Amino acid sequence: MATRTRLLPPAPRGGPPSAQAPDEITAPATIHDEILREPAVLEVDRFSLWYGPRQALFDVGMSVPEKRVIALLGPSGCGKSTLIRSLNRLNDLIPNLRTSGDIRLRGESVIGPDVDVINLRKRMGMVFQKSNPFPMSIYENVVFPLRIDGIGDKVVLDETVERALRSAALWEEVKDRLQQSALALSGGQQQRLCIARAIAANPEVVLMDEPCSALDPIATAKIEDLILELQQEYTVVIVTHNMQQASRVSDYTALLIFGRLIEYGPTADIFQKPRRQETADYVQGRFG
Amino acid sequence: MEAARVTPVEAAQRAVASAVAPAAPASGAGAQPPHRRGRRTALAAAGEPLVWLLGAGQVLAVLMIAGLLGLIFYQGFRTFWPRPLVQMQVRTAPDAPPQRYLGEVVRHESYRLTGTAPDGAVPAAERRSLLRVGNYDFYGDDFRWIPELGVVAELRPADAVTIERLEWGPFFGFVREYRVDGRTVATGEAAWRRFQAEHGGARGQWARARRMLKHDLGRVNRKLEEDRLALRRVELAHGRDSAEYADAVRESAAGSARLQEEYRRIQSQAEALRQEAERTSLVVAEVGGREKELKSAEIVRAFQPNALGFTGKLGVYFSRWWEFLSAEPREANTEGGVLPAIFGTVAMTLIMALLVTPFGVIAALYLREYARQGWLVSVVRIAVNNLAGVPSIVFGVFGLGFFCYVIGASMDQLFFAEKLPNPTFGTGGLMWASLTLALLTVPVVIVATEEALAAVPRSLREGAFACGASKWQVIRRVVLPKALPGIMTGVVLAMARGAGEVAPLMITGVVKLAPELPLDGEFPFLHLNRSFMHLGFHIYDVGFQSRNAEAGKPMVFTTTLLLICVVLLLNISVIAVRTRLKRKYESGYF
Ligand SMILES: Nc1ncnc2c1ncn2[C@@H]1O[C@H](COP(=O)(O)OP(=O)(O)O)[C@@H](O)[C@H]1O
Ligand SMILES: [Mg+2]
Repeated sequence: MATRTRLLPPAPRGGPPSAQAPDEITAPATIHDEILREPAVLEVDRFSLWYGPRQALFDVGMSVPEKRVIALLGPSGCGKSTLIRSLNRLNDLIPNLRTSGDIRLRGESVIGPDVDVINLRKRMGMVFQKSNPFPMSIYENVVFPLRIDGIGDKVVLDETVERALRSAALWEEVKDRLQQSALALSGGQQQRLCIARAIAANPEVVLMDEPCSALDPIATAKIEDLILELQQEYTVVIVTHNMQQASRVSDYTALLIFGRLIEYGPTADIFQKPRRQETADYVQGRFG
Repeated sequence: MEAARVTPVEAAQRAVASAVAPAAPASGAGAQPPHRRGRRTALAAAGEPLVWLLGAGQVLAVLMIAGLLGLIFYQGFRTFWPRPLVQMQVRTAPDAPPQRYLGEVVRHESYRLTGTAPDGAVPAAERRSLLRVGNYDFYGDDFRWIPELGVVAELRPADAVTIERLEWGPFFGFVREYRVDGRTVATGEAAWRRFQAEHGGARGQWARARRMLKHDLGRVNRKLEEDRLALRRVELAHGRDSAEYADAVRESAAGSARLQEEYRRIQSQAEALRQEAERTSLVVAEVGGREKELKSAEIVRAFQPNALGFTGKLGVYFSRWWEFLSAEPREANTEGGVLPAIFGTVAMTLIMALLVTPFGVIAALYLREYARQGWLVSVVRIAVNNLAGVPSIVFGVFGLGFFCYVIGASMDQLFFAEKLPNPTFGTGGLMWASLTLALLTVPVVIVATEEALAAVPRSLREGAFACGASKWQVIRRVVLPKALPGIMTGVVLAMARGAGEVAPLMITGVVKLAPELPLDGEFPFLHLNRSFMHLGFHIYDVGFQSRNAEAGKPMVFTTTLLLICVVLLLNISVIAVRTRLKRKYESGYF
């Protein structure tokens, strides 16, 4: 413990007056009871993460209820991306990374050297901040997760493309040009294509890391509607630093500040009746 | 539920608005620095002198390249234009009879006699012309300097002929007689007309005879050689005293008798054809009056340049270009065509590209994607980059020592034992030259591929990993397609570098005159063991190794022009492929 406190990041200079230095937040996270009553898909258990000597997550503990939209909210640099990328072990690509604690998907740990990471990632689709369609046709982009599984059956692939593109509200727009390059689509279409790709293999959880931050308001609205649709079939974890967005799309909101979970509860409660002072400060714009 | 989602934020927004509002006037008011009118940004601050410098550097570079290309294009395209024949009357001493010379004026120059006159005066500059007088068989030299002071008369006789022939270089002179079977059938103007009418036929017959000697006899020869090798194989396998060997000897004796018979038959046919072609001849005289009889069949081209109109000259010009591009060289490479050299250059460059691309891409993939980035990889990277600075002849020596003498010799031992001691792969050849050049250019491909791989956005890789792809799947399906245009750029650069390289080829398989093309109708069609000709080496050979450097000079420019065009065409074809790939993948973000 002693070493850990020494490695804390320095308090940012020139921050707003009510901002607290991370070491001043010592109280454990406030978790509303509603969440605990729901069956959990993912459980994060006292999870900490270090980039080299620098700690980015501090004892985060939260559970993700099934078929809900969970928003991860917080000022930029607070560790939202770090947390969501830990869920599907995408952080493995970063050298000198160290973690403690555990994350469980349906009760099985996803941390540890002997976990089948590739299989784990297949159970979770992911959408990124910057849309990243692959340099291939629209069709091939959508079936990519199936192709890498060696599925070549044309009927299955065709079905998947139509289902995924319909779910991503893109089918009508691209059904006549499936064989064209995906890079010719507009930014919003590309992002919806990435969502189609993320759900093509029927994942258990869909992870979204600020999926709208590079889009214009109309494209953003479309994607937000889409997320509400997806919720009927999938569990969605969405990172955002946009409070309106969190309130529009999510059932539960978790607030992270300086790598610590502050408060986690139903979205309406977080914004209207926050139990923690930090949450109240944040939603009133006095933080970040 | 939707309504409930909107309300909480509205409260927050109101709070934000009220918090920001009072602060707003503070930033707007206050002492802004007075706007300084009339004071312009310092020249150095605007960076303009630097821009001029950069611009000047750019212009200089472009001018140098344009100048070089301009020279090559001007000289290269001029070579084949027929030049007028000038007859000069020259008096060397006041009372001596004038000497007559006939030839093409190559250039003029000023010269000054060295030393000083007894009275200390520096001799005045004099002008002289270089005349290509040809007729090497008479004069023993193709060129002559004519001092302009001594020229008493300069004529352009309309009946002067330029004759390009198979031996002795060009002949400049006048037509006297036309002979058939040694009997004179026409003289003067009539002889010239008759020759022109019948020349094509004689050339055709002669070419047929030559093809027979070369291809049909060559085929019989190869069969004889195969029989000999088969016999030798039996000998190696069973020994000289075995029954099998005795059988094989009997068989081969019968076979070779048949082949010898065929050989004689073809030879006599070709001989008959040749004699038919050589029945006609042209008697010509040089400007001094000495006569010579030239067989029609041995005359490649003859024309009267001073009587030729523009279209006639154009005809000669294109016929010369066609010969250059489609024929084999003659006269120690200074005349005739360069088809084998074009073929060798293209084949070598393409094989090299086929070899270097997988080499370079695999090496770069390992360096960038798989190796742990540490000091060892850095050292390897530096070493690879410095490989490009090793003199190319060193690669040639390595290619000769390792590929030809180690790998090639072992291959001979294993697969071509019956041909020994004649080497098959154990000597320079197309394969080894291409491999040597692949080694030489592999750094170019590695560096370009590494850059292309590094330029693949991280978001793409992460997206593929997040779909559950393995590392190899990410590379194979996402990273490589994205990096492909960059890799192709590297291949283009490597090809440009490799096609212009000469030194390492000289010891790994290029020859002055290759008897056979590496590609023919014989199995296995592409003969990677054969030595070949190369335009780059041809330039060196014609320009600096021939009997007469002055005669080879125009050919140097023309061959250089051709080499540039060949490299350009090769590059354009690769670039076209790259553009297609790019268009397939990148129809542009927006
Ligand atoms: N690859 C990395 N190496 C080192 N530090 C990192 C890396 N990625 C993120 N960080 C740091 O971790 C903290 C959390 O980052 P991140 O999770 O990206 O924040 P957010 O997504 O909430 O804006 C930041 O302070 C950031 O500088
Ligand atoms: Mg982030």
